[in-house]
Amino acid sequence: MNSIVKNRLFWPAVILVVLLVVNAFTSNQFITVQNGHLFGSLIDILRGSSALILVALGMTLVIATGGIDLSVGAVMAISGAVACLLIQDLPNQNAIGPVLGVVAVAIGVSLVMGLWNGSLVAIIGVQPIIATLILMVAGRGIAQLITDGQIINVQSGPYATIATGFFLGLPVAFLIAAAAVALILLLTRRTALGLLLESVGGSPTASRLAGIGARRITIMVYVVAGGFAGLAGLIYSANIKSADSISAGNLIELDAILAVVIGGTALIGGRFSIAGTVIGAILIQTLSVTVVAIGIPPEANLLFKAVVVVALCLSQSPDFRAKVFGRFKTRQAVAA
Amino acid sequence: MRRSLSVAVFSGLLAVSALAGCGGSDSGSGDKGDDGTITLGFSQVGAESGWRTANTKSIQESAAAAGIKLQFSDAQGKQENQITALRSFITQKVDVIAFSPVVTSGWDAVLKEAKDAGIPVILTDRAVDSQDDSLYESFLGSDFKVEGQKAGEWLLKEYEGKSEPVNIVELQGTTGSAPAIDRQTGFGDAIKANPNFKIVKTQTGDFKRADGKTVMETFLQSTPDIDVLYAHNDDMGLGAIEAIEAAGKKPGTDIKIITVDAVKDGMTALADGKINFIVECSPLLGPQLMDIAKKVNAGEKVEKRILTEETTFTQEQAKTELPNRKY
Repeated sequence: MNSIVKNRLFWPAVILVVLLVVNAFTSNQFITVQNGHLFGSLIDILRGSSALILVALGMTLVIATGGIDLSVGAVMAISGAVACLLIQDLPNQNAIGPVLGVVAVAIGVSLVMGLWNGSLVAIIGVQPIIATLILMVAGRGIAQLITDGQIINVQSGPYATIATGFFLGLPVAFLIAAAAVALILLLTRRTALGLLLESVGGSPTASRLAGIGARRITIMVYVVAGGFAGLAGLIYSANIKSADSISAGNLIELDAILAVVIGGTALIGGRFSIAGTVIGAILIQTLSVTVVAIGIPPEANLLFKAVVVVALCLSQSPDFRAKVFGRFKTRQAVAA
Repeated sequence: MRRSLSVAVFSGLLAVSALAGCGGSDSGSGDKGDDGTITLGFSQVGAESGWRTANTKSIQESAAAAGIKLQFSDAQGKQENQITALRSFITQKVDVIAFSPVVTSGWDAVLKEAKDAGIPVILTDRAVDSQDDSLYESFLGSDFKVEGQKAGEWLLKEYEGKSEPVNIVELQGTTGSAPAIDRQTGFGDAIKANPNFKIVKTQTGDFKRADGKTVMETFLQSTPDIDVLYAHNDDMGLGAIEAIEAAGKKPGTDIKIITVDAVKDGMTALADGKINFIVECSPLLGPQLMDIAKKVNAGEKVEKRILTEETTFTQEQAKTELPNRKY
């Protein structure tokens, strides 16, 4: 029992469950079946959090190597812009083959963006925060160039399916995120890759001297983060069937970093937790939905979120827990 | 040594700029009104939305049509860029300055410089909070409060003579922005006339399509029956339409939708019957701006507050208007 409470993920999980319970009471349908698929606010939360899960997943790997990727939001915007631009020109927007091709191109572009980040960091040796800041600023400009400053609308059924479709009763977007999580868990926990990542994050020099290709691993995590951000960008843009290059992924890098930190991964690199990141991402989305569901006035939105996050971070700090609960325990002992 | 060098360089630069300033004003007074063409210096906010792009285009096209020489500068959303642009307009001795202020505060100093240089200033689209309104000639733009009122008045007419309660949800613009505040107040004031109207939920969608969709999803889950959606711009309304359709309801029929802006995408949805009413917020200020610029240049007095010529659209009107929409 005690070991469960002491687990880093215990308190985030508790807060997540509390928020979900609140939502279960405020919503007409928390989870039901409609038109042959699951429906309700729980499904909305899972579907809505999939883009953030993907971005935060890539961010976790980057942070594990001691880096950071600020450009994920811009990559989302580029990927959505590329996809909508190409789909707009398709002779038949509802043909599955060409749409899949477009999706592949958009992901490919995102991977190249990741490669650019990784090369700046690992080969040229630019500080990660600066290297990715370049693409964060320039990337949104590129996305606006692609869309010519306008919102591009598409009417493609297969493309919309990425975000709004259902498969086996579950939202496709969530299945994509779940598959990505499963893949990364498999690669990092069933192969030596996870160990290599943590060692690069712990000490790149020591890792290199021990014969680990630190440079290659660093480039790889940025490429993966770019790819996942691209996928998230497709989900974002398919959700509204248009490419909005100004607001797509705006400030999502901060939410992603928050999700990683809530999940117990230290920003200095080294040990990381995929499960923690997923809980963190779903928690952030649930928080946004709860704010609307319980009718917090818009002016107080950010304050409410901040209070929850501060409470969460305090609950995760061993020092804080020792001070508050430690005193409580000794008093109890005296009383007994 | 190094420090004294930089001091020397700096004071040198100061001297040069002071000289340039003098030279500018000397030659400026000489060439003003040489050939009779008016030079208009315009500083735009940026290119953040389709609305803004249409605004820029309108100003460029109507300047060319009116034979006015346009000095265009894009502030890319930053006030300091805009102040730099205004200062350079002043040193270039343009005839008239017009700009859309990025933010409302902090303009007094540069507006005073323009006034001292004898250059009239026109504000477009957005206001400044200067106490001294002699710093600018005129403010040309929409009245966001009136837009909200127009939306409310249409709703009153729509439910005229009916006694059932009407549950309204509202998607607000960016929290704290002038259009969000005024569109909310204007609408709220108008619907007070009917006690059956009740705003059951109001939340910000940040003027964005995706946020409009997410917030509407939650509205639909947490509010038993919604009769009307009022969105502060077309984009949030378009996002909300997606959410309403996903919940198995018919936008425009099951839930009546009112939005503001009337951009092309919004007008298309209106013509398709997915939106019921749109209040126009027109970016096409160009022709009016050129008229005002000519008047102030000729020394004529103009109104301090000039409203943009705007209308409203029903579904029928949208069908006829849609082919002419450029933005």
